[in-house]
Amino acid sequence: MAIDLSLILVMGVMYGVGVYLVLDRTMTRVMLGLLLLTNATNLLIFHAGGPAGLAPIFNKDIAAGDYSDPLPQALVLTSIVISFAVTALMLGLIYRAWVLSHGDEIKDDAEDRKVATKPSYDPEEDTPASTDSSEFDGDEQTREREFKIKEEKRKSSSLESQKTTARIAKDSSDIAGQKEHA
Amino acid sequence: MNTVALAPLCVAILFLAAAVTFTLSHRVRLQRLVSLVALVTVLSLEATLVVSAWDGEPQAVLLANWPAPFGITMVVDQLSSLLLVVSSIISLAVLIFASGQDIADNDHEVPISVFYPTYLLLLAGVSNAFLAGDLFNLYVGFEILLMASYVLITMNANTPRIRSGTTYVVVSVVSSILFLTAIGFIYASVGTVNMADLSLKLQTLPLGTQLQLHLMLLIAFGIKAAVFPLSLWLPDSYPTAPAPVTAVFAGLLTKVGVYAIIRTETLLFPGGALDGLLSVVAILTLIVGILGALAQGDIKRMLSFILISHIGYMIWGIALNNQLGMTTVVFYIAHHIVIQTGLFLVVALIERRGGSANVERLGGMLKVAPWLAVLYFIPAINLGGIPPFSGFIGKVGLLQASVEANTGMAYAMSGVGVLVSLLTLLALTRVWNKVFWRSATKAEKPTKVILRAEHDATAKGKNQLDRHDHKPIPVSMVASTVGLVAVGTSITFFAAPLFQLAEHASDNLMHPDRYIESVLGPQTPTREDYLGEFLDQQNAVDNEDASNDGEVVTE
Repeated sequence: MAIDLSLILVMGVMYGVGVYLVLDRTMTRVMLGLLLLTNATNLLIFHAGGPAGLAPIFNKDIAAGDYSDPLPQALVLTSIVISFAVTALMLGLIYRAWVLSHGDEIKDDAEDRKVATKPSYDPEEDTPASTDSSEFDGDEQTREREFKIKEEKRKSSSLESQKTTARIAKDSSDIAGQKEHA
Repeated sequence: MNTVALAPLCVAILFLAAAVTFTLSHRVRLQRLVSLVALVTVLSLEATLVVSAWDGEPQAVLLANWPAPFGITMVVDQLSSLLLVVSSIISLAVLIFASGQDIADNDHEVPISVFYPTYLLLLAGVSNAFLAGDLFNLYVGFEILLMASYVLITMNANTPRIRSGTTYVVVSVVSSILFLTAIGFIYASVGTVNMADLSLKLQTLPLGTQLQLHLMLLIAFGIKAAVFPLSLWLPDSYPTAPAPVTAVFAGLLTKVGVYAIIRTETLLFPGGALDGLLSVVAILTLIVGILGALAQGDIKRMLSFILISHIGYMIWGIALNNQLGMTTVVFYIAHHIVIQTGLFLVVALIERRGGSANVERLGGMLKVAPWLAVLYFIPAINLGGIPPFSGFIGKVGLLQASVEANTGMAYAMSGVGVLVSLLTLLALTRVWNKVFWRSATKAEKPTKVILRAEHDATAKGKNQLDRHDHKPIPVSMVASTVGLVAVGTSITFFAAPLFQLAEHASDNLMHPDRYIESVLGPQTPTREDYLGEFLDQQNAVDNEDASNDGEVVTE
């Protein structure tokens, strides 16, 4: 089977340049890289059809083997249309990115950075759990005393929570005030 | 009544509806109505497909009656019809959810409403991929759904969406190029793209060539299914998209990749040449996915990592390469699509109520919205695999199948699978503890909305602070989420018939000759006979022509 060496070479170069461009951080180069990669693949499929023959228009005097294989060409046609649509969309994205941030480079994911810089120690999860003694441990007087202390603590904390409530109320009314002011 | 002949309508109706909604670009209400009617019609059609395909052999539809290896073929079997129905159910729920959000936000920023037509195109692509009987049609299905997903993921493009959208587009295009290259190689080596025909002819190739084609297909589908070393794009791109879009992507798109892997492993290259590789990949996917989930602060990102991790369960079942394993995979996919989408919708509601989807900014939701707590809790423990829910049933099936396979790798996967199930539960209950259980005042950086709401819920009528400053949550959003969670829970109750369907599906999957016969006609030789005939011919040629270099075709 005769294969066109020059086309194969062109395909190889397109794949190489395409891969190189896709590895770049700027969107325009990535887009060009993808364009080259899809077209290199189109050439590959084109080769899959075998050597060139007659145009595949049916004529009963011509043996079936003399025609070109029409199927790869149909496949290439479909994939050209698809790559056209993808390119148009990428161009739209690039334009939009330029309008929004005047940059063409793809930034790191902010949430990724956050997770990466997160300390391995988490106060809420990693402090040892407080041991809660049962109410029925020890003698009655100690229990009585502990209960009183707990009660007092509860009262003071409820006072504190009222303060928090007041603070939140104040905060939100501040915000509302600012809004009205604005 | 056999409705299989109507199968192409599942794709055609959606395309038609997409075209109609596109022309109605300024009448959002009409768009909504058309989309809803189209989806309901398609869903009921697909339900009849499941009934027609319940326990029979695969049935082929030849478009325009072109004979099989030349024309376009669509194949309806239990696997494809089940996936069609499940995908329609969740897309219907998400459509109602999105409409509700749309109405509530009264969002007129988008100049022409592109959501509905694009959404319908996405579903048309998904349906086409599930029904495709040839490799190139599968590629076209993939491209349709990908093009639609590019638009959906960058909708209302702001800077983070552009960033994540670019990652998504580039990775998807690269995977499509790999798929296309594989198709090119396959056509060059056997001269056909019809999957049934390929199943016969690929086995006659030299083993090295088979392995290369097999690997290329697996890599291309692996990127789409987000299997571990190829999954890094997913948690970067899904969470920034609009909530309903993330939900439907998480449920459907990766599963289309898994579906393609199943077809590759059972129809194109049965025999499990790469099962060892798949086992290793399954273990890595399970572990790396769940470890990623444990590190996340954002609930949507955590769910994306859990999604990757649970793709590992499906690959586990495929790698076992026995019938019970395949049955469970089919069951597990159906379960996972519904549960994962439901959870994403619940998180979207949490975000609307609490003003953030970050665990550091939330707390006290149990008091603020107890109904949300229930809605989150049920699918969460279902996903974590607590009995009696369907997640548990799926995992037990996988464990049984591993014992049946009785190899070292199968036991290794079982161990990891159980551990990951536990870690999933840990990740999900950690969110539960922080978001619902603790007080909002204890959160690291609580949102104002949640602080006020919690105060109101505790104060019970005294000095109310809530100015209803959270985004409104309309009934349709809640109803669709409740509906989806209910469907997910009902899988538990209807596990027996569903498992029976999955059994029929795997029976057909493990016998590719039935698929081939349904597409190519009753006179087609079986795969074994075809290979035998091919080898005989080869020998005859070898004997005839002594100067033939005697290449060993198969070993």
